[in-house]
Amino acid sequence: MSLSYFLIQTLNGVQYGFLLFLVASGLTLVFGIMGVINLAHGAFYMVGAYLAWWFAEQTGSFVLALLLSLPVTVLLGLATERFAIRYLYARDHLYQVLFTYGLILILNELQRLLFGNDVHGLPIPAPLAGSIPLTEAQSYPIYRIFLSFTCIAVAAALYLLIQRTRLGMVIRAGSTHREMVSALGFDIARLFMVVFGLGVALAAFAGMIAAPVNTVYPGMGDHILIISFVVVVIGGIGSIKGAFVGAMVVGIADTFGRVLLPTGAGVVVYAVMALVLLWRPQGLFGRTV
Amino acid sequence: MAEPAARETVLETRKLGRLFGGLAAVQDVSLTVERGRVHAIVGPNGAGKTTLINLLSGDLKPSAGTVGYEGRDITGWPAHRVARLGIGRSYQKTNIFRDFTAFENCRLAAQARLPRLSLLRPAAGHRDVTEQAAHALELCGLAERRDTRAASMSYGEQRQLELAMMLATGPQLLLLDEPLAGMGPEESARVLDLLRRLAAGHTMVMIEHDMDAVFSIADEITVMVNGSVLASGTPAEIRANKAVQDAYLGEEAPE
Amino acid sequence: MPHHPRIALALLALGAVFLAVFPLWGDTFYIRFIARIMIFALFAMSLDLLVGYAGLVSLGHAAFFGLAVYVVAGLVNKAGVTSAFVLLPAALGAAAIAAAAIGWISIRTTGVYFIMITLALAQMVYYFFHDQKEWGGTDGMNIDSKPTVMLGDLKLFDFYDRVQFYYLALGCLVAAFVLLTVILRSPFGHTLVGIRANEGRMRALGYDVQRYKLIAFVIAGTLAGLAGFLEAARATFATPAHLGWHESGHVLMIVILGGMGTLFGPILGAFVMLLMEDYFATLTERWLLIMGVFVILVVMLLPDGIAGVLRRVGRLGRRGAGDG
Repeated sequence: MSLSYFLIQTLNGVQYGFLLFLVASGLTLVFGIMGVINLAHGAFYMVGAYLAWWFAEQTGSFVLALLLSLPVTVLLGLATERFAIRYLYARDHLYQVLFTYGLILILNELQRLLFGNDVHGLPIPAPLAGSIPLTEAQSYPIYRIFLSFTCIAVAAALYLLIQRTRLGMVIRAGSTHREMVSALGFDIARLFMVVFGLGVALAAFAGMIAAPVNTVYPGMGDHILIISFVVVVIGGIGSIKGAFVGAMVVGIADTFGRVLLPTGAGVVVYAVMALVLLWRPQGLFGRTV
Repeated sequence: MAEPAARETVLETRKLGRLFGGLAAVQDVSLTVERGRVHAIVGPNGAGKTTLINLLSGDLKPSAGTVGYEGRDITGWPAHRVARLGIGRSYQKTNIFRDFTAFENCRLAAQARLPRLSLLRPAAGHRDVTEQAAHALELCGLAERRDTRAASMSYGEQRQLELAMMLATGPQLLLLDEPLAGMGPEESARVLDLLRRLAAGHTMVMIEHDMDAVFSIADEITVMVNGSVLASGTPAEIRANKAVQDAYLGEEAPE
Repeated sequence: MPHHPRIALALLALGAVFLAVFPLWGDTFYIRFIARIMIFALFAMSLDLLVGYAGLVSLGHAAFFGLAVYVVAGLVNKAGVTSAFVLLPAALGAAAIAAAAIGWISIRTTGVYFIMITLALAQMVYYFFHDQKEWGGTDGMNIDSKPTVMLGDLKLFDFYDRVQFYYLALGCLVAAFVLLTVILRSPFGHTLVGIRANEGRMRALGYDVQRYKLIAFVIAGTLAGLAGFLEAARATFATPAHLGWHESGHVLMIVILGGMGTLFGPILGAFVMLLMEDYFATLTERWLLIMGVFVILVVMLLPDGIAGVLRRVGRLGRRGAGDG
């Protein structure tokens, strides 16, 4: 493996890690604060990707498509919380799993009903379409770099939100201190709705910006959901920091797995997860149960 | 009180400690419990008494110090292995299987001592287990409530069932976390009487708030405050201890 | 301890008689279809041991089912082995070993971690087969032959005969029901129920809780392997979907629909679920949409499943009789 090839793969791994972080942070946030395990989280990633593709087809502009699909997904997330997830707070995880499993079936089928079974590509917007040459034979696409920086920007915003705002303070305190949440003047129902909306927005936004590199296809949410579970399990459920580290571990392990072990690529990240669990059953940054 | 000819240490802790997120719930606790004696642990709420019991039973792992039982170092052993050594415990908050009958609760406890896994013989067919369960119920005065669902028993009966479950495992050392908590005077007297009978054949470590009960049954008393041992000694010694009077007993008996 | 409501036992006996005589007059399509339902009933029953009794919500149970399918496919297609005397032990053994390995890692955790980890580890098995191009990759592969049962030149059992196969599936279902009933009545079974109710208390009583959970996990995985063996023989087709998490979610849904913590629940659940799916599939290509709504309705309205309804009916009936 040449140095530049190694560099490219590392960049790819980190970029994939950033993308996973966006999805997984939403998942871990919703679980950490609301105590809800949401299998439909990946489906929102798919919804984001499809909306971005569809709006881009209609308007001819990727930027416009992003601006249009983001509020739609946020509204969808808020509505899902209000009319579905809200009934699950007091329920056992088993029922949360099944309920959100039903939600996946519905969202997947609606996608097929509205957009069909085809795989769609989304052209990379013109200003970001080129590549930066690294050596004579190898180059790195600008869009992937843009993708990474976008994710970094979102991650930084998330960090500031959690470290610097009153909402963030509540989020850090977690669901175990409900009295404190009320004492700070937050309406729990409103807070949960916002958090869920935020989680959905993060997943959907990841789907949108990934669409030009990863294409848009039916069932795309399933894969990202399970990988996000792996990320969250490695990092420790409820920990944003853990989600970040886990996402990087998974992104890099997966990318190099594909390069080094073509026939066993899908297995690598799960093997990494199993190893982490044997060492620390509660994940890298999880609280001991 | 008749002293046994030779005193023999059953349970011993050395400098036992446990931190919860930097806060010491139990600190430097060194205890010696002798065979056949009743060792009461008293102290105000938050003194770390229940944490101490949890450290002895293996429900919690100590952050510092050692626990020895019958000359063996059992520091950090998991709860089930500690239990299998013959250390039984009861809980402050009633901890029974509410959907099971009294008998089923005790049978579940008794069968924990089956030497091998039993997958194919019906539970009801293990004679020795069922006898042991029935015996424990009888000891605790619950023989007539045998087939009553635990959830529909009175609070006092549930407390007795809690003890019966512990006894059904056939322990030699009993760790009792407030066995009289929340009981009316009549129930309390009955359970105290039971404890006295048990004291004849068991070594006991007992947390209790009811001072009359403690002074009437204990051979040894350890007073804990803020996670540490303030004083340890016979009831007479404790009664006479100035520090204890100031810190704890004083509140109740200002003389 | 769990007790089966009397009305359920009556229904069960009636159902068993019906299933035993059905091939005498039933038409071919339904003989095949019910055989398939019984395979899923067996599969769901094995999961119920974990979810309904041991309190272990596994979202990766299809791994053992699908692994058994692939073991049969591999031995038949790649090694030319068709004897059921080899295929069955191999399928069960592989499922048991996989369950021991996955269980060993996942029982270290509880609650939502356990759900995610069983899902992820099962997905690892999924990708393993998904990535094998010579095994058909995503599309899966046909299994060249059904198992054979020969004693010298004598054919003892014909997997191609749909009525014989029907009775084999019924026999396996009944055998699993009896086996699990015996296990659940044993100290081991009572221990599982105790662990589900209060794990900490069981530890304090001296139970090595992890060991019990692992054994339950292996028993359940092995029975799922038996269902997988039957499915391979029935469908003569192996696809990664057999191992996928949609299948795991599906079988979990069957357990809940029927009523977890009862052995007859999963059987009822399998019948209702598969008949419904079959019916909706004739109505629309997008039948999964209807199933999605159905799943949500069951979670909201029937958390105890059909068994819960029967229990309530039974209680009402008894009260009515008492009044009269």
